[in-house]
Order: sequence, then C-alpha cells, then structure tokens
Amino acid sequence: MKADAPLDLDTIRQRLAGTRGRKYWRCLEEVAETPAFEEFLHREFPAGASEWGDEFSRRGFLQLMAASFALAGFSACTKQPLEKIVPYVRQPPELTPGKPLYFATALTLGGFAQGVVATSHEGRPTKIEGNPDHPVSLGATKVFTQAAVLDLYDPDRAQTVLRAGQPSDWNTFVSAMHAILQDQQTKAGTGIRILTGSTTSPTLQSQLNAFLHQYSAAKWHQWEPLSRDNIRDGAWQAFGEIVETQYAFDKADVILALDADFLFTHPSSLRYARNFAQRRRVKDAAGAKMSRLYAVEPTPTITGSMADHRLPVSSAEVEAIARSLAQKLGLEVEAAATPHEEWVAAVARDLQAHPGTGIVIAGETQPAAVHVLAHLINAKLNNSGQTITYTVPAEPVPVNQLTSLQTLIKDLQSGGVDLLIMMEGNPVFDTPADLGFAEAVAKAKTVVRLGFEENETSRYCHWHIPAAHALESWSDVCAFDGTVTLIQPLIEPLFEGKTAHELIDALFQPPGRNSYDIVRAYWQAQKWPNFEKTWRTALNDGVVAGSASPAQQVKLTAKAPSKTAQASGKLEILFRPDPSIWDGRFVNNGWLQELPRPISKLTWDNAALVSPVLAQREKLENGDVVTLKFGGRTLRAPVWIMPGQAENSVTLHLGYGRERTGRVGAGTGFNAYALRTSQALWSGAGLEIKRTGEKYPLVDTQKHHSVEGRDIVRSGTIGEFTANARFLEAHKEPRPERDVTLYHPDEFKYDGYKWGMSIDLNVCIGCNACTIACQAENNIAVVGKTQVANGREMHWIRVDAYFQGSLDNPEVNNQPVPCMHCENAPCELVCPVGATVHDDEGLNVQVYNRCIGTRYCSNNCPYKVRRFNFLEFNAGMTPVQKMVKNPDVTVRSRGVMEKCTYCTQRINAARITAEIANRKIRDGEIITACQAACPVEAIVFGDLNDPESRVVKLKGQPLDYWMLGELNTRPRTSYLAKLRNPNPEMKS
Amino acid sequence: MTDPSDKPLGITPLGYPSRLLAPGESYDSVTDRIASIPLAKHPPRQWYFGFGLGFIFFMLLLWAVTWLFAKGVGIWGINIPVAWGFAIVNFVWWIGIGHAGTFISAILLLLHQRWRTAINRFSEAMTLFAVACAGMFPLLHLGRPWVFWWILPYPDTMGVWPQFRSPLVWDVFAVSTYFTVSLLFWYLGLVPDLASVRDKAVKLWQKRIYGVLALGWRGSAAHWQRQQSAYLLLAGLATPLVLSVHSVVSFDFSVAIVPGWHSTIFPPYFVAGAIYSGFAMVLNIVIPVRKLYKLESLITMRHLNNMANVMLVTGEIVAYGYLIEAFMSWYSGDVFEEYMMKNRAFGPYGWVFWALMILNVIIPQLLWSRKIRMNLLLLFLIALSINLGMWVERFVIVITSLNRDFTPSAWHLYIPTFWDWATLAGSIGLFFTLQFLFMRFLPMISISETREFVAEPKTAEA
Amino acid sequence: MSEQPSIFGVAAEFSTHEELLSAARAARDQGYKRMDAYAPFPVEGLPEALGRKRTLVPLVVLIGGIIGGTGGYYMEWYANVVSYPINIGGRPLHSWPSFIPITFELTILFAALFAFFGSLAMNKLPQPYHPIFHAPNFERASIDRFFLCIEATDKKFEAGAVRRFLEGLQPIAVSEVPL
Repeated sequence: MKADAPLDLDTIRQRLAGTRGRKYWRCLEEVAETPAFEEFLHREFPAGASEWGDEFSRRGFLQLMAASFALAGFSACTKQPLEKIVPYVRQPPELTPGKPLYFATALTLGGFAQGVVATSHEGRPTKIEGNPDHPVSLGATKVFTQAAVLDLYDPDRAQTVLRAGQPSDWNTFVSAMHAILQDQQTKAGTGIRILTGSTTSPTLQSQLNAFLHQYSAAKWHQWEPLSRDNIRDGAWQAFGEIVETQYAFDKADVILALDADFLFTHPSSLRYARNFAQRRRVKDAAGAKMSRLYAVEPTPTITGSMADHRLPVSSAEVEAIARSLAQKLGLEVEAAATPHEEWVAAVARDLQAHPGTGIVIAGETQPAAVHVLAHLINAKLNNSGQTITYTVPAEPVPVNQLTSLQTLIKDLQSGGVDLLIMMEGNPVFDTPADLGFAEAVAKAKTVVRLGFEENETSRYCHWHIPAAHALESWSDVCAFDGTVTLIQPLIEPLFEGKTAHELIDALFQPPGRNSYDIVRAYWQAQKWPNFEKTWRTALNDGVVAGSASPAQQVKLTAKAPSKTAQASGKLEILFRPDPSIWDGRFVNNGWLQELPRPISKLTWDNAALVSPVLAQREKLENGDVVTLKFGGRTLRAPVWIMPGQAENSVTLHLGYGRERTGRVGAGTGFNAYALRTSQALWSGAGLEIKRTGEKYPLVDTQKHHSVEGRDIVRSGTIGEFTANARFLEAHKEPRPERDVTLYHPDEFKYDGYKWGMSIDLNVCIGCNACTIACQAENNIAVVGKTQVANGREMHWIRVDAYFQGSLDNPEVNNQPVPCMHCENAPCELVCPVGATVHDDEGLNVQVYNRCIGTRYCSNNCPYKVRRFNFLEFNAGMTPVQKMVKNPDVTVRSRGVMEKCTYCTQRINAARITAEIANRKIRDGEIITACQAACPVEAIVFGDLNDPESRVVKLKGQPLDYWMLGELNTRPRTSYLAKLRNPNPEMKS
Repeated sequence: MTDPSDKPLGITPLGYPSRLLAPGESYDSVTDRIASIPLAKHPPRQWYFGFGLGFIFFMLLLWAVTWLFAKGVGIWGINIPVAWGFAIVNFVWWIGIGHAGTFISAILLLLHQRWRTAINRFSEAMTLFAVACAGMFPLLHLGRPWVFWWILPYPDTMGVWPQFRSPLVWDVFAVSTYFTVSLLFWYLGLVPDLASVRDKAVKLWQKRIYGVLALGWRGSAAHWQRQQSAYLLLAGLATPLVLSVHSVVSFDFSVAIVPGWHSTIFPPYFVAGAIYSGFAMVLNIVIPVRKLYKLESLITMRHLNNMANVMLVTGEIVAYGYLIEAFMSWYSGDVFEEYMMKNRAFGPYGWVFWALMILNVIIPQLLWSRKIRMNLLLLFLIALSINLGMWVERFVIVITSLNRDFTPSAWHLYIPTFWDWATLAGSIGLFFTLQFLFMRFLPMISISETREFVAEPKTAEA
Repeated sequence: MSEQPSIFGVAAEFSTHEELLSAARAARDQGYKRMDAYAPFPVEGLPEALGRKRTLVPLVVLIGGIIGGTGGYYMEWYANVVSYPINIGGRPLHSWPSFIPITFELTILFAALFAFFGSLAMNKLPQPYHPIFHAPNFERASIDRFFLCIEATDKKFEAGAVRRFLEGLQPIAVSEVPL
C-alpha cells in the first residue's frame, strides 16, 4: 500500500476485513509501518503512553498499540471453537448473553495436570477455578493456575510463525520441515532430536512413539529445570523400578518433612494441603486431636511455616539428620554426625509411637540417598501401604532428565544434529550453566521451537512457532496420580497458536490434522465402550473416570545408601523455584509478579535470602548488592534478610533476570541460573559472598512482622486448648456486648440474609491463592514496582505474616485479611458523601460512582483493607488485555476507593437463581473467589441468620475471635485462632 | 534594634508603652497617612520585590495544581495507610493562621481592647487570605476534585445527600461560614474608610472605583448607628464562630478512631494553637510592613507587645495540650495509645516531634522577657519559629498518627514528593500575593477608628 | 422643570464632634425633626441628640439566626430520616449529636448575612447619588469635618430662619444644599 496515503482505523479495518490469521498480521505489519499510521497512533493515544511511569515506556506503548490492532479484530469476534466442547454444568451450550459458561479442562505445570473449571463470558475465558472432581485440585487452585488466564491475553505472546526472526507462515514451515525430513528418511532420522519438558499427555506420547518408530535413529530428550530426578533415582535405588509415592496426609498423625515443601511445590500439593488440613482442624476442646508436623529445611517454606517443630539446617545437613533418624529407628545405615541428636531422637520416638500413621517425606531438592532413607524409614515404620502407597508414574517415559540433557548437548556439540525440535521450554536460559547449551545449540543445522513467548532460546531458533494457550487447545494430560483430563479450548487461538500435537502431526504425511482430530483419534483408538458418551462425560467432568494409575506392589531392594559426597565450604547456595514466577515461565505475568511472596512479602524481584546471623556477620542490610561467587561463576544480587533461614545457607529463587521477555518481566530480578551447575542443581557448598556497597531497591508489602502485643492473631497449643477451650480469651479484652453503644443496639436488624465469613488461621498455609483469585475475579489492577514501593498495592485480600519467637527460627502465623464488613463500620461514619454505606444484608458496600476520594474511610479503617486508585492504574490497556476483565465487576478509575465486597456479584448471581426458583439461597451456594481458591478450605462464607450454615457453626466454635474486636466494630469476618501441636518432649 | 515609635513614649509604671497613637496626629494626618498608601502613584520599591516573590510562588502553585489534576493525587507521597498528607497538614495550618484576624477584630472588640484598632483591618484581611489558601486544599486533595460539589446539600436527581455525620461535611459548613462572616465583617468595617479614600482621591478613576466600593457612604448619624450596631453584632457572632471553626477542624481527627487523633482535648488545644499561629503570622507581616510604610506611629510597640503576650498565653495552652496528650496515652493504659506516643517521640518521625518541641514550646518561652518582646528582630524570629512549629505540629498529628495505627502489617512510611512541597510553597506564594495586593490598594488600618483616638484628648479637654 | 427651585436643606459645617453634638441638641430644642448629622467617625450620643430611635438591626439578626438554625437542623433530619434513610455504620438515622455542628454554623451564617445586608438595606445602601454631596466642602465629611443638615422636608423648615439659626452656632460655614 502507498505510505503517503493517509489512513484511519476504519480503512485499516476494511483492509483487514475478511482476511484471517497470517495475512491479517502481515498486512498490519505493513500498515503499522506507514508514517500515516504511526502518526495516527501518536494522535490517538498520547494519554496512556506515559501513564504507568516505569512500567510503560511510550515506545513500548506504541509497539503494543501496533500489535493490539492486529487483535482489535479478534476482540470483536471472540468465538468459541467449532468443535463440540462441553460445558461443565447443565447450561445450554448455546450462549445466553450475560450468563457465563463453565468448562472443565486442565492446565499443565511441570507436565502434570491442574484440573480446572474455566469461566467463559461471551466466549472470553475470564476466570479459572479448581475442578472439585479432579483428584489433585479438589476444587482449589494454585496461584499459577489463577494467573494463567492473564497469560492468555498477554500482548507479548509469540504471535506469528517466525523464520529467522522474520514473519513467515505455517505452510512454509511445514514444507520446509518436509524438505529436511526427506533426506532424514534415508538415514532413519539420525539427525533429528526432540526436546520436551516432562510430559504426561497420552496423545503426545503416542505421536512421539509413532515418530520415533518412523525415524528409528531420532532421539527424544526431556528437560525440566525443576527436575524430579532425585525422586526418580531414589525410587530406582530403593525399589529397582521407578514409582511415584502417593502420601495420605489425612491418615497421618506424625509427619516429618525433609526439605520437602509438599504444601506448595509438590505436583499434588493442593490435594496434600487439603488432606493435611483435615487433620489440623479442631472443633471443640473435648478430645481435639491434631497431626504433628516436623520440618527440617534450610530455607523458610510454606510447609515449614505450618510445622509444629521446624529445624533450620543447611541442605547438606538434612541427609545427616535422615541418617541419624534411620539409625535411631534401628536401621543399618552409615551414620553421620549431627548437632541435633536430641531433636532427632524425639522425632524418632514420636514416629515409633505412631507406627503406620506416620509419614517421612523427602523433597525433590534432596539427593537420592535421602529419598532412599525415607523409603527405608517408612517401610520400617509400616507406613508403606498405610499412609503411603506407590503407583506407576504418570510420566509414560520417566528418565533422568539431566543425563538426557547432557546426551543431547553432546550430540549437538558433535554437530550431528540436523533438526532440533523444542516443545516450549527455555533451555538456553534454564539449563545448568556448566553445560553450555547455548554454544551447543548454535551448532544444530535447523532449530525449531514451539513457544508461548519469544525468549532467550528463540534467538537460536530458525523457526519459531507460536504455541496455543491451554485454554485455546485440544489436548490431554495426566494428574500426579495418573488421572487423565481432556483439555478442551474455550476460545479459538487469539494468535496463530499451534499445539504440540499439531506440530508433531505436521511432520507426518499428510500433515494438517488439527489437535481436536488428533486427540479424539487417539482416544477412539483406546476402545472405550460407548465412546461418544464416555468422551462427553470426560469433557463434562474434566476427568476420565477410573484412569488413575494403579497402586504398585514394590519390593525394597536397597540396602542403606552410601553417603552423598559433599563439597566443602562454609557457605551453601540453594536454588529454589520462585513462589510466584516458578522456573521463570511466569515472569511476564503482572498478577504473579506483584503477588507478595509467602513470608518475605517481596514483590517484583528475587533476592539472595540470607539468615540474620549471616547478615550480621557480613554487615548486610536488605537491598545491599553482593557478589555471589560459586563454582567460578559470579552473580550480583541484592540480599534479603530472611528470619528462619539456615545460618549458612543463601537461597536464590530461579527464573528471574530474563534477558528477553515481555514488558512486565523485563528488568526484574537476577538470574540465579547463571550460578546453577549440573553438580549443584539444588544446592552446593563453597559459596562466597561479598558486599559491593551498592544498593538495590527491593519492594515488599509488609514491613512490620510483629503484632506489638495487639489482639490481631491469636495462637496457642492444642494442649492449652483441650485444657481450657477459651484459654485465648483469658488475657484479652472481652468481646463487646451488643448493647455497648450510645445508641439503640438494634437500630438495624438484618432479618433477611446476614452475610458473614469465617477464616480458619489454624489451617491457613499462606499460599496466596486467595489474593490472586480475588485479583482475577474483581478486576484488581496491577500497579507496578514503584507504586508498591509507595504502599499502593491494590490487593483486596492480603495474607499477613506475623513472626513469633526467635529471629533465627520464628513461628510464622499467616493471616488473610479481607474487609471485615463491620456492622459499626468506622469507614462509613466519616465518608462525607455516603459513598460507603451498609446494605440490609450487612455488606459494607463501596459505591464507586459516588466516591469523591477523600480517603478518610481508609484512615479510619483499623484493618487498613481499603485500597485507593491514586492514579489511573488501568491506563493504556489494549483491547486484548481488556478481555480478561470480569464483566460483572466495575473497572475502577482514578480517584476512587475500593475494597473487598464479599464478591457481591456472586451473591447477586445466586440471588437471581434462587429467586427464579422461588427459594432461599442455600448454604454453600455462594462461594467467594478467595474461598473457592483456598486449598485448605480455611475461608467459609455464608448466611449468619441460617443456624444450619457452616459459617454459623464455625463462629460458634470456642476458637472464634474478632480481629481488634475491642474497638466494637462488630466485624462480620471473624477468625479461628491458630493452634500448634508441639511435642511435649521438646522445647520449641 | 530599637524602634523610633518607642522613644517619644514614656513608660508607665506598669512597664508598658502607654499610648496607642503617637502625639501630634490629627484627623487629617491619620487619614493622609493611611489613605495615601492606596492612592499613591507608586508603591515603595520593596513592595515590587515582595509582590514579585509571592507571585512567582503563586505560579508554582498553578503548575503543581495543573499536574495534580492531570495525573491524580498519586503524584504526592500519600499511600495506604498514610492517605492524608501535606494537603491536610497545610489545610489545618492555614485555617489556624486565619484565626488571628477574627479573634483580634471580634473578641478584642467585645473586650474593649482598643489597641486592636491599628491591626484589626490588617489581620482581618490576612484571615481572608489564609482561609482562602486553606479552603483550596480540601478540594485539591480529593481523588476526583471535579465532583467536589457532591459534598454540598442540594436537590440531587439521585435523591442523595451529603453524609451529615462526617466531620468533613461539618468542615465544609464551618470553613465556608467562617470565610463568609469574616468577609462581611471586614467589608462592613471597610466601607467608611473606602469613603474617606474616595474623598481623598484626586484622579477620577480612583474616585470612581473607591466610590463604587464605598456604596455611597455618607457617614450620616443613621449610617453610623446601623453600621455600628451590625458591626458589633457580627463581632458577637464571630466570637463563638472563631472558637467553633477550629473545634470542627479538630473533629476531623478526634471523631476518627485513629490513635493520636481520637482525643477529647483536641478542640481547645486546636483553637489555642490556631490563635497562637495566627498572631505569629500577624507579627511576621506587621513588623516589616510598619517599617516599610512608616506606620510606627500607628502600630506602636504596645501593639506588638500585646500580641507577644497573647502568643505567650496561647503558647502555654498548646504546650499543656502536648503534655496532656502524652499523659493520657500513658494513663489510658491502652496499647494503641501507648505505642502511638512511643512512635511519635522515638519512631521514624521522632526527630520531627522534637523539632516541634523546640520550635513551639522551648523557643517561645523567651517571650517571658520584656526585653525580648521589645526587640523587633527577636520578636520576628520567635514568631517565625512559632509559624514553623505549628506546621510541624500538624505534620506530627496527621502523619505520625497514620503511619503506624492499629494493624502493624499495614504500617508504611510517608515521604513527601516534590509536588507536595511545591503545593505548600505555592500556597504561601498565593497568600503573600493577595496580602501585597491588599496593602497596595486598600486602607490597611481602620481610619475611622483611629480618628476616635485623635478625638479622645479633645473629649478630655471638653 | 419645576417653577420655584426648591432645595434639599441647609447644612452647617463644624470642625469638631463636640460642636456637632451641641448643634444637634440645639436644633432639636428648636423643634427641628427632619435633620441629619454627618461625621468621619461614629460620634457617641449623636443619634440620641438627633432624637433617633433604637435601630432594628438586632431584631433582623435574631430572625436570621433562627431561620438558619432551625432550617439547618431540619435539612439534616429530612435528608437522613425522611428523604434518603440509609444505614451508616450502624448509627441511628436520627443521630442528633452529629447534626449539632452544622446547625450551629448555619445559625451564625444566616445571622451574619442578615446583619450585613439588613443594615445596608436599612441605610438604603448602595446609593450612588445623594443631594448632601452637593454641600460645599462635604468631601471632608469623611475626613475631618462635621456637618449638620436640616432638611427642607421639615414642617418647621423655612430657609432664612434655618440659616439664621445655624449661623448662631458659630459653624465654619453654612450653605444651602440644592436638590
């Protein structure tokens, strides 16, 4: 087209009209380059360009706009896939405007399924909930699962087929592939390598098998940066076969976690958290029982924060402790000295006292030997078969991924690789630094990558194929326990996204089947009785009934493992997944970036976590930049002083410091992979740390971790509780009586519904799922690092962490704090315009339209749960970004106050259904977003006027208390105090 | 440094300069002395300097406000929990300064403190400008200033009203009432003098302008009778008003439950503080002005001395307020109150608190000495320290109470940004701009009342 | 264009307020009613000397105050209890203590407005033109001269007699004030 021709949005649209996919994009590429169009952008969108300060450079914004025009068309016509997809509950598949549809599907993390139910508004996926029928979700979600929907609309996604960085198209790619494969035919595919992460997709597996069968000399490699090799090796050494260990925490009385964060990082953590909570929850004092958790770990984790006894030791020392425990339990093992003999002895006695109801679990970060020891101990205590069962792994081909990777790299270096196909992943960034993947991959003749975003690895790719998001794809995946879920799309690929299935299929003749056909064909081959019905039920339920892996009878073949060689050196370095951005794949996700990390409450960065003692020794303060020297490699990173960190261990969270990523992730954090070697995947001794004297601004959302003797979090021990159910009220101000007021106590009766909430601190593990679920449900803005530094984060429900006891090993009490919906709300009294008032069901409602922004309400809120739009935080959103917003919730603009509404939109949805059916809303019919996401069911919402409701029963319990109740705010949200179950033998 | 007006005056046994007017002044001479200033062709050179400086800062204000409206209050340092920052501090500070005027005019009038005459007009004007500056801030600090009028009661299509339980609404009524009443009071007293200026004026346009402003005042017995009666009544009304305004402002804090705000002593000690800073500001302006315009014979040392005494008294009341706050926080045994006080004195903003003690409590004790009260330079500096101190006091009350209240997890510091400072400096600029315009174009001392002093000796002889 | 040019009155100019006072008293004794005195400052006793009654300003102010107070409280009560009753922080709809400050402020405001505009209205101000301004030297009435003017509308008025009477009081000058 002529550059000088002036053009406006309409003409662009006309040009685009009727065209689809590839042409669409290329056309726009050209359009965007015309000066007229540039000028148009300048004219049209000056405002938002600079609105976000540091987050949003003008240039970035213009690029974004250019991109977004490609999508403008899409956002107009988001249509559901043509194939038959089955809504979860009995809505009619045809879409009723304003009425969301729910689809059961699954998201994949580390190869394992997270069963979900995705909400679709007019064909837009807007929210993700857990799937109650899914064995490892049980209705709950991880933070990553919640945030996935934001990734779907990420404008920085890979958007088109790239050939050497230049836009190309799928067909060209396919023919190029066939050209290469032609001459591979002759040599049985010797030059072909495929690299994937851990995969559990039966369909993909069968495709790979077929391919490897056709090209017998081709090789398939697997690599996950957060590999579970230790677990596999442990099983192999113990049983001579690779099995997965399934734990039944609901049956366990005594649990010992050896550096195992089974409540958060484990693929089955949601289920485990639920089961664990079942044994922690208490009702009334009479005969109250709790399981007891011991945690041995070098760096604070969610699991550690739940422990009744937590022992911070270096990662290397964990094995010594396992050995001495095994020995005390009468196992023939090579002992190792540990200064914690007493502690271990007490644990040993406790475990022995509970044969068959104990669990010893080792984490993936511990060497195989520790896993073997755990297996031995569990066998010795007859836990195996009781609280512990072994199953066939969900991974069809479990391998040692490090070895697998090393072979691949060797082949690459030899130059013998003609075609390397990578499915997702980012090996250039996240493989061990000593293996030199980047140099090696450069030697491959053709490198193909199917990727969701362009990353460090893309630079080495001759072909880059945009990957479809799970919510755009047909596929299948197994849960940790082997249960299969069929993945169904809610929306046509926004970009030219392809699935792994389609990519592999394209390598065959004739290419071109879409993933629906591929997946369906595979399952048809499985000879299901009455296929059509089973298929639909599977889609509908989100699980394939009875597909869980069978239990495996195992025989302990291992004798005591020999000691793992330990490098010497005072300081130890630890590599751990980041609690928010995981292995780095979520770095461009604003929700996760801004999510305060558990316990440390850091946001937007990772840091070198050091113990208070080490900090003192090295004269370090938060934010001091240090040089970390490890294995001849160095990295500069700021330190963060972490109470509870093992004295000589320094923790680095992986995944940050990305060089090539989107606008959100760019320039955040420090690349821990740079120090990670194949010898020290999880930990290694011999770290040197040196102050540079420089400072780096680290931003957290909670500066003060002591309750200052205030009645905010109540905690005690099960012993005290059974002795006196109301022991916690002994030294506290009594809850004010109804008539402690100048006015008539029953000025307002709430005789219809009377909403209230109960939060059980005793089971809350502080995983943040509620915070991010609320953000997704309520269109809560991401404000960016500088604004968080100014104390302007917008989360409606925050998880506070209060420390108790010693600085080196404090007890952590997590407390989720949403709006309390006080009956005598201090905020309402001071609002000059009545923008925050009470409704007749006791909700403290915020009327955005009426709010003029005096912020007086926030000053007068003793819980500080109100959030203010200090700036236009929603500025500069592209059409595609806007698609993530929940249409049932107002998007707040600059200058208005906002806060938790008890998900009033959900209350009203339920009210409508109930009124149509001409009945009252049933208990449990309204599930708030935070409640739905909570893996431990700590949050319960309901009608206080219904004596049978769960919330009333919970509030009736002796542990129920009001936060700051003495202020007589009469909060509708109350807490159940936290109890611990310490071993009477041990002084904590 | 001594003052010419001091010399001719004998010192009475009481130790005070006895007279309110230097000898040898006649009806005509006082009229001339005062009326000539607005009628003069050129103001003194220093006037241009002062006005210019004020005007520059006034421009800074406009810049800051423009940016504020473009971006939102996020350009300031405020956050959660410190949702109120400089805007409110400045508001309370300016309102306080705006108290001297009406106090001097009304209360001293009722108490027959005739020495007020020389300074009342002046401080009334000051009151108006200070209140104007103050009134600006509640609007600026709104998240959505363009809908500020929702705070006023008016028949609304949605049928909604202001929330009359909110102290902010009381504020709106108190401050606007205060401004209106002060304005009326000021103008009512000004009318006869405008007539004098009108009749003194030689240029036609001056005659015209002041003629219109004088409303055709003829000074007839009937005029005087009604004007005097109304003037007295306004004084009577303004007296409870001036006490109420800062009480209401203090309700903004004491009605809230925030530790450090929720305190019954606030109303009296806010009022005292207001008069304290008000007189300080009058002194800071009067001392240079009387030199500049050679008004020593009208604004004598006795005036300054009396003002110093008022400052001393109100200063002690304020100091007592601080003391009682500290005592109550300990005596209450309330964990929040106790921590609040601890945080005030030794928390992150501790140094501000101690600065307050020095500026507002220790330095003003110098006023006990008559020598110092008689020393213009020292008096000026002490007044300056009080003005500064009162601003710091409001900072302590607003920020250090908010930054650490009930929930430790939410505690967060407040760091003012450039725009915070710009708005503060700008408001001072606006104040002085108006003040200099007033001095240039209106009689800054009540001529008619001064004439009564001229009349007195004659009455004595008669 | 009337046939005989009538005048506003006859004015005498004095240099002190004492003289003015005694002049006013004298004129009163002579039985003159319609007259007025002009001074650069309020002269004590002058209104009485001229036989003026007490002013009505205080009454007007009282009325204003009552209107403001009752109106203010009614507005708050009406808004909260009748027009838009809503639950604010569990406080009663009619939380009278919170309504006091505004009631008070409005009392003052209305009283003040009535005082200011009331007094001006009774003085018939603003009034750009008045015959007395024709009196020679009258511009000094606002500076250092005191005038007594016996007006032509007085029943006893007869120009010659009035002039003679005023000259009897040794003023600086006596002059007829034209209409």
